[in-house]
Amino acid sequence: MSAAEASTRRDSFGALETHLRARRESGAKLLVPYVTGGYQGWQRAVEAAAAAGADAIEIGVPFSDPVMDGPVIQQASTAALADGATPASVLEEARELDTGVPHAVMTYYNLCHHQGHERFASALLDAGVCAAILPDLPYVEAGSWLEAAAETGLEAILLAAPTTPEHRLADLCGASRGFVYAVGLLGVTGERTALARTATEIAARCLAVTDRPVLTGVGIGSPSQAVEACEVSDGVIIGSAVVRTLMSDGPEAVGELVASYRTALDHG
Amino acid sequence: MAAETDGPTSSHRSVMGEPTTDGRFGDFGGRFVPETLVAACEELEAAFREAWADPAFVAEFETILRDYGGRPSPLTECRNLSSQLGVRLLVKREDLNHTGSHKINNVIGQALLAQRMGKTRLVAETGAGQHGVATATAAALLGMECKVYMGAVDVDRQALNVFRMRLLGSEVESVQSGSRTLKDAVNEALRDWVATVENTHYCLGSVMGPHPYPWMVRTFHHILGDEAAAQCKDLTGGDPDVVVACVGGGSNAAGIFSGFADGDARLVGVEPAGGAAVGRGVPGVVHGMTSYLMQDEVGQVMEAESISAGLDYPGVGPEHAYLAAIGRAEYPSVTDDEVVEAFTLMSRAEGIIPALECAHALAWIVRAAPEIQGQTVLMNLSGRGDKDVDQMMDVLGMHGIVS
Repeated sequence: MSAAEASTRRDSFGALETHLRARRESGAKLLVPYVTGGYQGWQRAVEAAAAAGADAIEIGVPFSDPVMDGPVIQQASTAALADGATPASVLEEARELDTGVPHAVMTYYNLCHHQGHERFASALLDAGVCAAILPDLPYVEAGSWLEAAAETGLEAILLAAPTTPEHRLADLCGASRGFVYAVGLLGVTGERTALARTATEIAARCLAVTDRPVLTGVGIGSPSQAVEACEVSDGVIIGSAVVRTLMSDGPEAVGELVASYRTALDHG
Repeated sequence: MAAETDGPTSSHRSVMGEPTTDGRFGDFGGRFVPETLVAACEELEAAFREAWADPAFVAEFETILRDYGGRPSPLTECRNLSSQLGVRLLVKREDLNHTGSHKINNVIGQALLAQRMGKTRLVAETGAGQHGVATATAAALLGMECKVYMGAVDVDRQALNVFRMRLLGSEVESVQSGSRTLKDAVNEALRDWVATVENTHYCLGSVMGPHPYPWMVRTFHHILGDEAAAQCKDLTGGDPDVVVACVGGGSNAAGIFSGFADGDARLVGVEPAGGAAVGRGVPGVVHGMTSYLMQDEVGQVMEAESISAGLDYPGVGPEHAYLAAIGRAEYPSVTDDEVVEAFTLMSRAEGIIPALECAHALAWIVRAAPEIQGQTVLMNLSGRGDKDVDQMMDVLGMHGIVS
């Protein structure tokens, strides 16, 4: 590709990907904490996480049937729904956030399907969210969503799994926007006692076929596991550890937790 | 009269034929699962196509269903109910199968397939417990490990089936998440499968879920529709005027409809009033498929409410959504009160205690009888009511019907 084309492509990156690429080029490992939107104290948790050095924030919009989530995030989702959280209420609260880093939403496809792809994407953008992750919408079914997201300017993040066949991986990574979410293990979200071997394998496979930032998530439960994952990966997503801390110790403790990951990633 | 029914292999122009390559029946179906499971679904589809084209596999399937499962199940003409209702009521006796319902067809098929694929472990969801018991049975027969997920609410109201599964050597996990019913058991089984896909097959219990399940499960149940079509022809000289079955996910209805979909018979799938996914007609995506789905105004999946645990499901198989959309089948609903009356009616009039699920089908026939006088009605009696007697002792005691 020519320099002009490369430049055009670079300019076409969305806010999240532009930010993550710049951070990566500066030598940083990327850290993206997940917080369940609508859970009591979630906005303060997001702000504390950002202040503690998060590169972007993933905001969960609670869904009734979170099939990719383990017990911790399920519990937070159920509690948030019981408190009356809706997609609109979480986005309204997300709009009020001032963190200085990009926000992505993670939720399940039916909430997007129900509202309609374009309206859903626009509602996210209106709330200052620049990307979305829909873990039950795999690449093979994502065509019309990817088109709608591209037209509205929302970055649609795709997940790559250890079971994704080689013949699909390059296309998947190419179609993803923002970053590629490398699912670190065979399983649902949750902390594990050790980093799965699959975590570094899938990140390496993705990085071999894309120059897009590759972040590893699912199964990262400690700063040392994050460091281990980042020996290959561009960064990590930490979800259950954050949400468990929010539920047991409150939003300020989330800041301390994220700071411990930041320090570990910055200093090895 | 309808033409000779062809076998499933020659049904390429059938109303209930093969879905498209992306697993669609019209606008419905698909493969909406986490990326981790996409490859497993593709592998399953390839294995199913290959096995179903292998005469040795089909012969083993049919032999087990005959010698172990008790097929073919009889067709019973219900003379007492017929004279009471003014219709000619024929009942396909899936309640007489081993394990007491039609579910055995599907689990034998899937367990044989799983074994052929080298999987050593089965996971399953269950509502009323019929599919769980059937899966536990197949696992025992074929020497496989088995874990069944069952909503905590259902564990309470189907204690006997919980015991049966454990007796058969399966682990039963009481699911505490969400509404603690069938939909949550499906979520939990999917979460298990996401983590264990390398050695585990998810033995899904209905014509739902990601492609190829809706098509594969219906194909394994096609045998009951074919039998019923042949039996009706022997008895009456042709197809019935109406074919009726209850619909939760819709496997027994899919099985019996598939024997008649290319003929002229009216097809009626009866939903519970508290779980009328097709009746409400709102499309949604959950559990791997696009179909009709009960959901609130923002798209959160609603809890179905039915006296019958087996129909307590907010979605429906995508092929039923398609049959409804093209107008080939209709999906009325009946209330719990109508179901309780039908349950009692069949017990007393025919000496057959139906599963509460099938009592939905009879409840519709009772209601519709004035409009279908003199017609031949085929009802799929998809399961026996033994599992429900404990629950019905309370219900009928309260209603004062049994003193």
